[in-house]
Amino acid sequence: MGDSLRTPLSRVTGLGSAKDGTHHWWMQRLTAIALVPLTFWFVASLASLVGADRDQVADWMAGPLPALLMILFLGTAFYHFKLGLQVVIEDYVHAEWVKITLLVLNNFFCIALGGACVLSVLLLLFGG
Amino acid sequence: MVEFSLPANSKIVEGTRHPAPDGATNTRTFKVYRYNPEDGKNPHVDTYEVDLDTCGPMVLDALIKIKNEIDPTLTFRRSCREGICGSCAMNIDGVNTLACTWAIGDIKGDVKIYPLPHMPVIKDLVPDLTNFYAQYASIEPWMKTKTPLPPGKERPQSRDDRAKLDGLYECILCACCSTSCPSYWWNGDRYLGPAILLQAYRCLIDSRDEATGERLDDLEDPFRLYRCHTIMNCAKTCPKGLNPARAIAEIKKMMVARTL
Repeated sequence: MGDSLRTPLSRVTGLGSAKDGTHHWWMQRLTAIALVPLTFWFVASLASLVGADRDQVADWMAGPLPALLMILFLGTAFYHFKLGLQVVIEDYVHAEWVKITLLVLNNFFCIALGGACVLSVLLLLFGG
Repeated sequence: MVEFSLPANSKIVEGTRHPAPDGATNTRTFKVYRYNPEDGKNPHVDTYEVDLDTCGPMVLDALIKIKNEIDPTLTFRRSCREGICGSCAMNIDGVNTLACTWAIGDIKGDVKIYPLPHMPVIKDLVPDLTNFYAQYASIEPWMKTKTPLPPGKERPQSRDDRAKLDGLYECILCACCSTSCPSYWWNGDRYLGPAILLQAYRCLIDSRDEATGERLDDLEDPFRLYRCHTIMNCAKTCPKGLNPARAIAEIKKMMVARTL
């Protein structure tokens, strides 16, 4: 009820502008653009490896160019995924502690899973 | 706030039926949302059969006829009856629009009339726009200058710069666009919404304004501006044919431009 005594303008201005959001929006666009060629390459590569055994896939991945492109694809995809899921959480989750928890988990999840994927590529590249 | 179902006291039930007068041959059925905060009842939909032979062509004409001749308790806002005041904005046949410029003849079947979506209802078709107007006040929608006015003169503006205000100055703040926007439904307490952001852009590109940087500072916020996900309901529903989504995209471009 205390909130009803505040003026409408005071409620609207709230804590003021975060002076943030442009970097998030710009990065989401840049990663989207980068993902267009990277995804084509990723899908085409998977298609060419259909039926290959583990050694053939490991040999292919040990090439510097496929390893580089795969790391770029994974890093961009997980970054884009993190940015997008963050927007979904901010849009739909309004209980403050749930929202903050999910935003933290989103960061942890994307960095951990992205890191694990990149590590896998590096193991194939250097260890076979 | 995301709400996938209405709260119990907002569930809509069937209301009263008002049949057409005897002898009327050209009738049309209007189903109108009714809510009275004083009777403690749930909102209901009343049905009115209106004789179109004695009614003007627009939905507002029918609402005024219902209020004058059938049911004086029906409550709605209206003023100019020519699409310039924005008072009679409501949801007609599933579209947010102005009752005064929407022809009955363009609607197929029963004419369903509801208040603007996802706003608190004061009574019947009258939504509470307090938050909307406070958001408008928050962008300080007046010209801000530091350079003193030349004595006895107006502030000059080139024809090209004046043309940049076309498609913006026509906005009548009827709130059709903002209340059609899912992002505004879910986060209307923090997201400014398409109408207010279009007004903000009108100030940002006015060549006479000297507070562009401060205005961008105030808008740069994950919620105030960046809740717009280019859903485009705003441009689709605007009864004045404006494009708030384009104005918001231009604001985002200005935000990026000053970082690159």
